Formats: sequence, C-alpha cells, structure tokens
Amino acid sequence: MTVQPRASAFQNNAVVVSHLRRAYGTRTVIDHLNLVIGQGEFVVLLGESGCGKTTLLRALAGLDPVQGGTIEVPGRPAVVFQEHRLLPWETLWRNVTLGLHVPDARARAADALGEVGLGDRLDDWPRNLSGGQAQRVALARALVQAPKLLLLDEPFAALDALTRLRMHGLVKDLVARHQPGVLLVTHDVDEALRLGNRILVMRHGVIAAEHRLRPDHDSAGVRAELLRELGVTSSH
Amino acid sequence: MSVTTAFTANEGRTYSSAPAPGFRLGSSGLVALSWLVPVLLLITWEVLARYGWIEPHLLPAPSKVALTAYKLTVSGTLLHDLAVSLLRAAIGFAIGGGIGFALGTLVGFSRIAEAVIDRSVQMVRAIPFLAVLPLVIVWLGVGEGQKIFLVALGVAFPIYVNTTLGIRQVDPKLIELGRVQGLSTWELITRIILPGALPSILTGVRFSLATAWLALVVAETIGAQAGLGFLALDAREFLRTDVIVLTVIIYALIGVVADSLARLLERRLLQWHPNYGAVR
Ligand SMILES: Nc1ncnc2c1ncn2[C@@H]1O[C@H](COP(=O)(O)OP(=O)(O)OP(=O)(O)O)[C@@H](O)[C@H]1O
Ligand SMILES: [Mg+2]
Repeated sequence: MTVQPRASAFQNNAVVVSHLRRAYGTRTVIDHLNLVIGQGEFVVLLGESGCGKTTLLRALAGLDPVQGGTIEVPGRPAVVFQEHRLLPWETLWRNVTLGLHVPDARARAADALGEVGLGDRLDDWPRNLSGGQAQRVALARALVQAPKLLLLDEPFAALDALTRLRMHGLVKDLVARHQPGVLLVTHDVDEALRLGNRILVMRHGVIAAEHRLRPDHDSAGVRAELLRELGVTSSH
Repeated sequence: MSVTTAFTANEGRTYSSAPAPGFRLGSSGLVALSWLVPVLLLITWEVLARYGWIEPHLLPAPSKVALTAYKLTVSGTLLHDLAVSLLRAAIGFAIGGGIGFALGTLVGFSRIAEAVIDRSVQMVRAIPFLAVLPLVIVWLGVGEGQKIFLVALGVAFPIYVNTTLGIRQVDPKLIELGRVQGLSTWELITRIILPGALPSILTGVRFSLATAWLALVVAETIGAQAGLGFLALDAREFLRTDVIVLTVIIYALIGVVADSLARLLERRLLQWHPNYGAVR
C-alpha cells in the first residue's frame, strides 16, 4: 500500500511547490519555498525589487531549471509577461492561437478576442494596437489555452492608470469565468487588494507573510500591514 | 481668428497652409524636374551624334540604338540572348541562394555548426569573388558551368551572412514565448525564428541580386555562345557600338527591374513590419 502524497495534494490545486530552491550560479535566490495555489484562487505576490518574484514565476512556468524541491502543475501553465510579446508578423487571431492545436482555432480566437473586447480585430496586425489592447490580446492568448494555472508577471505595469483599472475589472471577470489558479506578481498594493483572494509577501527568497482576504476584509488595515511588511513606512 | 491676427501682427508670420511667397513646386513638379537633366543629356547626345561631333562608331546616337533594339527584337536575337542570360542568372541565384540559406540557417541555429563552418566561410568571403574567375575558367572551362558557378558564388555570401544575422537577431523574448506556448521545435523555427529573420534575409536577397548581375556581366564577357554578353562580344568584333550600348542599357534595365521586384517582395512579405507595410 503505497501512499502518493504528491498525487493527492494535486487534486484540486493549480500548483503545488515544495522546498523549491533556485540559484543563479552560487547565489541562491529562492530557498525552501513552499506554495500551494488552489483552483480558482487568485494569489498576488508582492515583494521588493530583486527579491525573486520573477525568478519564482519563471520556475513555475518551466522556463528555468530548478536546483531543488518540486513543482507540480497540472498541464501547461499560461504566462502573461510585462511586455505583450505578440508576434508582429502574425495577425491577432494567429497570435492568440499560437501553440493551440485544434481544428476550430479561428473560432476559438474569435471567442477569446471577443472576451477581451477585440472581437472585431481578428485579422489586424499587432502594430496597430495600443499598449492596453496588445496586453488584452496577450491575456486572450493565455486564456484560450484553458490553463489550470495562469502566471502574470506585472502585466499592467506599463499601462496608464485608467487603462490599468479597466484591466483589473477585465482580469477579475475572466478569472471568475475560467477559474484558473492565478499567481499575479505586482508592485501595486492597491492592485493586490483589489484582485487577490490571498496576498503573499516575498522576502529573501521565501514567503515572509500571507494575508487571506475575505470579502469583508478591512482594506485600510491590510494595506497598512502590507506596506509595513514591504518596508515602506506609511506616515500618512 | 484674433489670436492669429495678434500673432501675425507681432511676429510678422502667418501659420496657414497657403504656400509661402516665392517659387514652389509640387511633388509632381519635382519629379518632372528630376527628369529634366537626363532628358537634356539624351538630346545633347543625339544632336552631337547626328551632326558628327561624336564619331558614330565610337558612340552611336540614341535613335540609332533604339532602332537597333527594334531590329534585334523583331529578328528574335535579342529576346533569345536575354532569355539565355536570365536563365543563367536564375539558376545561379537558386543554387547560390539555396546554399547560402542552408548554411546560414545551420550556423544561425547551432554554435557547433558555427564553429565548424563560419571561419572558413568568412575567409573565403574576404576574397573578391571575381578574383577567382581565372581559376574557375581553369576548373570549368568557359561553358555554362563557369557562368553559373560565378553567379552562385556571388549570391551565396550575402544570403549566408544575412540569414545568420537575421536568425541571431530574433528577439529571445519571443522565442521564450514560443516555449511557454508549447511550440514544437519545428513550429518554433517556422513561426518565430524564420519570420523574425525574414527582414534580414530579404536584405540579403536584394544585395545578392546586385552581385548576381555583376557576376553574370563579367562571366558572360568570356567565351559565351549566347546571352547578352555574347551579343556585346560579337558586336565588338564588328565594331557595332550600337549593339554594345544596347546591351549595357539592357543590363542596367534588368538591374533596376530586379531591384524593384525585390522591393515588391519585401512589401508583400513584410506587410506586418512598421517600416514596410501600409497602415490599414
Ligand atoms: N539571469 C540571471 N542571472 C543572475 N542573477 C539573476 C538573473 N535573473 C535574476 N537574477 C537575480 O535574482 C534576484 C531576483 O531577481 P528577480 O528578477 O526574480 O527579482 P524580482 O523580484 O522579479 O524583481 P523586480 O520586482 O524588480 O522585477 C535578483 O537579485 C537578480 O539580480
Ligand atoms: Mg520581476
């Protein structure tokens, strides 16, 4: 009778990370990090610059080798980067279905682009898009894969404040509909409070603090705590 | 309105779209002007030749060249020789371009291939390719082989260099994206790396068209039985300068046409590119 804890831990989770170690050469950036993200759970990762957020996300995406521990992800995670990374030589619908091997690719792309409000731009080129529109296409490209885990590395950082607010609403809706587990990396505490079910603060390569947000949570209180944990003293 | 008036009063200028005082030409006017000098030169040439200030057997009048062109076209000689030359260029281009592209792709993708191939290629590339002509004649004689070889040689290098460069310059972030989206190696190459390298490859094509043409001109002046070069060579024997001038003009025209075709190809294949495509 062999118990397989990994397989069982896997059941309703988008990702299970245990004792992850990631080093660049001799410099360890992530050390013994544990993290579980459930299906449909929206987790936001905060942390000062250079603490290893992108490193963690890239490891979860399978882009970099890890030096210890395990990462278990059901299927292939989808990633949205800070830059849209659209292929300039492909039309929008071809971009959205990149890597998608289904016979009705164009129809799926039409649906996905429709969801992000660009349903009439299927045959347009990426160069004709604004920054916000391009990032919406990148979002459509991630979601059309029906990922169990969606990784977002500061996807709104390059957008103007107004567009960013609109994107928050859009992402929230899309995640509610498709129910992937989400890991969002951001520097914006308000963004974290608006989007997350759970907020993690990373420091020195491990998760240093964790906040579960209930719908009735005290925003101002959590915000003050987060800022303190991030080493920002809020004097006003 | 009052603002404009104030401006005008103070600065002595108006900011309207009306033409400034003085002589102004529209863009069509400028095009016409740019043709003025060539046409004047042509007329001068015609007049000088007509009135015998230029020896007709040194440089015939343009009208004489035109007449010769007409006669040779009607008799079919010109088209036949033109076809022979174009065929040589095409075969040489296909062979040289194919080899350049294949090697360039290999070296672009693999550091090992680069280590094995690149140094030798760069060393051979340092030789002006026309300098090997005597050697090529010894190897291949003065038949079709020599001409096609020379064209292929001239074409291979620009294509090789630009293919390698293009592949190396593909944005690594896009390649990473391809991996995130789970592309196979084949898809990665065909959907990301080669399209990304295409602008550079097409630049190579345009360069190589010029060298192909130059190679052909040189190769054809040595022992050809047909082709534009043969036409010129044959004419030299009989001091038919009108035919020689005609072949020179045709070489020039084909060079221009080839370049326009390459540009057209660029505009078609790179319509996604901000520098080429028209805004929709
Ligand atoms: N390719 C690399 N080689 C060596 N060190 C690296 C490499 N990438 C990142 N690092 C180092 O790893 C640490 C974590 O970097 P990472 O990019 O994960 O930070 P981050 O938390 O995403 O920061 P930011 O908020 O500024 O994006 C940094 O100290 C960085 O210098
Ligand atoms: Mg980062």
